Amino acid sequence: MTEESGRPDRPPRKSTRKATPRRAPAQKTNGATRRGSVPSTDFVVGEAASNGVAPAGPNGSGTASPNGDGPARAAAASGEPTADRHNGSAPAPLPPAVADQPGDVWDQRVAKGLAFLRRRLGGDYEVDEFGFDPELTDKVFLPMLRLLYRDWFRTEVFGVENLPANGSALVVGNHSGTVALDAIMLATAVNDRTPNRRHLRLLGADLVFRMPIVSELARKSGGTVACNPDAERLLRTGELVGVFPEGFKGVGKQYAQRYKLQRFGRGGFVSAALRTGTPIVPAAIVGAEEIYPMLADIKPLARLLGLPYFPVTPTFPWLGPLGMLPLPSKWLIEFSKPIPTAHLQDQADDPLVVFNLADQVRETIQQTLHTLLERRPDPFGR
Amino acid sequence: MRSRPTGSVVVTGVSRFLGAHVAARLAADDRIGRVVGLDPHAPPAEFAHLLDGVEQVRGDAGSASTVIADLEAEAVVHLALATAPDPQHGGRAAMKEQNVIGTMHLLAACQQAPRLRKLVMRSSTAAYGASFRDPAVFTEDTEPREVPRGGFARDILDIEGYVRGFRRRRTDVTATVLRFAPFIGSSADTTLTRYFARPVVPTVLGRDPRLQFLHIDDALEIVHRSVVDDHAGTFNVAGAGVLSLSQAIRRAGRIPVPVLEPGLSAASNLVRNLGRSGYGLDQVDLFVHGRVVDTTKLVDEFGWSPRTTADAFDDFVAGHRGGAVLRREQLALAEQAILDGIRQARATVQEKA
Repeated sequence: MTEESGRPDRPPRKSTRKATPRRAPAQKTNGATRRGSVPSTDFVVGEAASNGVAPAGPNGSGTASPNGDGPARAAAASGEPTADRHNGSAPAPLPPAVADQPGDVWDQRVAKGLAFLRRRLGGDYEVDEFGFDPELTDKVFLPMLRLLYRDWFRTEVFGVENLPANGSALVVGNHSGTVALDAIMLATAVNDRTPNRRHLRLLGADLVFRMPIVSELARKSGGTVACNPDAERLLRTGELVGVFPEGFKGVGKQYAQRYKLQRFGRGGFVSAALRTGTPIVPAAIVGAEEIYPMLADIKPLARLLGLPYFPVTPTFPWLGPLGMLPLPSKWLIEFSKPIPTAHLQDQADDPLVVFNLADQVRETIQQTLHTLLERRPDPFGR
Repeated sequence: MRSRPTGSVVVTGVSRFLGAHVAARLAADDRIGRVVGLDPHAPPAEFAHLLDGVEQVRGDAGSASTVIADLEAEAVVHLALATAPDPQHGGRAAMKEQNVIGTMHLLAACQQAPRLRKLVMRSSTAAYGASFRDPAVFTEDTEPREVPRGGFARDILDIEGYVRGFRRRRTDVTATVLRFAPFIGSSADTTLTRYFARPVVPTVLGRDPRLQFLHIDDALEIVHRSVVDDHAGTFNVAGAGVLSLSQAIRRAGRIPVPVLEPGLSAASNLVRNLGRSGYGLDQVDLFVHGRVVDTTKLVDEFGWSPRTTADAFDDFVAGHRGGAVLRREQLALAEQAILDGIRQARATVQEKA
């Protein structure tokens, strides 16, 4: 179980060499702005131990060399049956199935995979009232998104400690990138970096819920329509809610306008936070602007298709489906200090309070964007 | 404190499942004096035995005023709503006649009844309409954003409008409006249960709506409690929790067949034009948008909660095991067989090595 929830994503062999140094800073308590090329050995050992597989013993003594993760990982994730064999003695208390090979890692994986398939096919799982399917999200969506998040965009995250470990918060981000990948990556970052692997419940435009398949995926991964009743209901039940007040004005802006925050609408998100007394956590996302740099917008075509804009990027529509591939920009996400709202709870209907608070959030995000951009001179650097 | 109708109670729609069962339960309750069933049709044989203790009056809603006045009715339970057009009894036109005009007549009669103290109305969660901008969960005060396409849902909107008018004019009458989620259970027979009973179930491609069900026995209980006790207001009545359509189909062991939404709408029109009672646009709307309601108000007011959506659906599945294509036991067996196969294969490979 610990192993499963710890890292359900790791492709066993491929990423061992490269991914480790990159992940190491990602797991550190952050704030440090170092380019993580030197893996801290103590961390690597801890990681191997947290893998829940027995042979932490020989490695755990602290003598691990910089490549000391080698044997631990090989034992944890190797495909050779011989390695499994000598593993077998350590974790004795296992579910006594047909005890062919107790303690065999691959046997456990196969059994887990089959049990997962059986539960899915039999409808044996829970869905909440918004349609959120935690099992499907954790076991299928997030592992796939984590590849994009970690290996394609090389996302670095700062200020995770500003997210509450428990209880509700309204995470407000800047929106960009022609396709709203930034929302999905923000949710992946929150899940990847919070200690108890929290889910960010995204609020989406009604266009998202108008489209077949997209609407289904949005609901299953925890999203819902951006409206005050839904936002307040989620916040009251102690969820982390993610919202992008710029909406289509933000996602659909042209490349020349990059990192310039658009208007924040009517501040509905602020009144939702005020009414529930929830802190607002501003989130600045750098990197999404470059994934599909929008050079032009073919308005008549957009109107014809009922879309808010029809993008022309350096690759789309020229390269056809290949143009749908996001450019591999370098991403930085920073969560700023939470803005408390509990003391303003009775002023949720005062437009001046709402506008002032919305402005404060907007300013915070804009300034954080500038500092993050200084830290990342090359949009496509490492 | 509580005003129990010790006089006579008029129940409409006793030729249908819900009306017949409610009337039978009320007749069996000795706190209630006289139960009169009002229906233009004779009850079919399956319900006839239920209605032994119930006086029956044949008559449509037009005759309601004389019946209610003659009996000096103290409570009226209006359950005579048709949820789907019945081609044998005039189709959609007759359905609208019964639902909308029937309710108008009945409420007009109620308004004139001096001794009336209680009105219990059957409504539906279809009152919330169907729109992509809808919030995920409806509370009783959510207004519909778009008028739904389905006939039944439109009727419900009209009916609730008339009840609002009635409440304004007769403030002395306790009016209870029960917005029921779709009924389910081993004994229920509705469009939706027939749909889930098929081995192969059409769904809308790219949509997995969230559904809520209400066990039919819990519906009877809530109506009964509304008549016996005073619960003024409008209430969502549904089982707690949610099943997605795909999940429900899997739990029932059926096979889903995704169909493009315009195709399903066209098919439903075609079926209707052929004079067969299929599922209408009401169902298509439900299968595109889904519908989930908040039942906090009901639980607080009645101090009782219906069984959960999952439990109610399990009861239905238990009653319709015959048509299942893919049962849970079979899945478990398949899982074990595959696991054993893989283990054996690996064991032999290792022995050779």
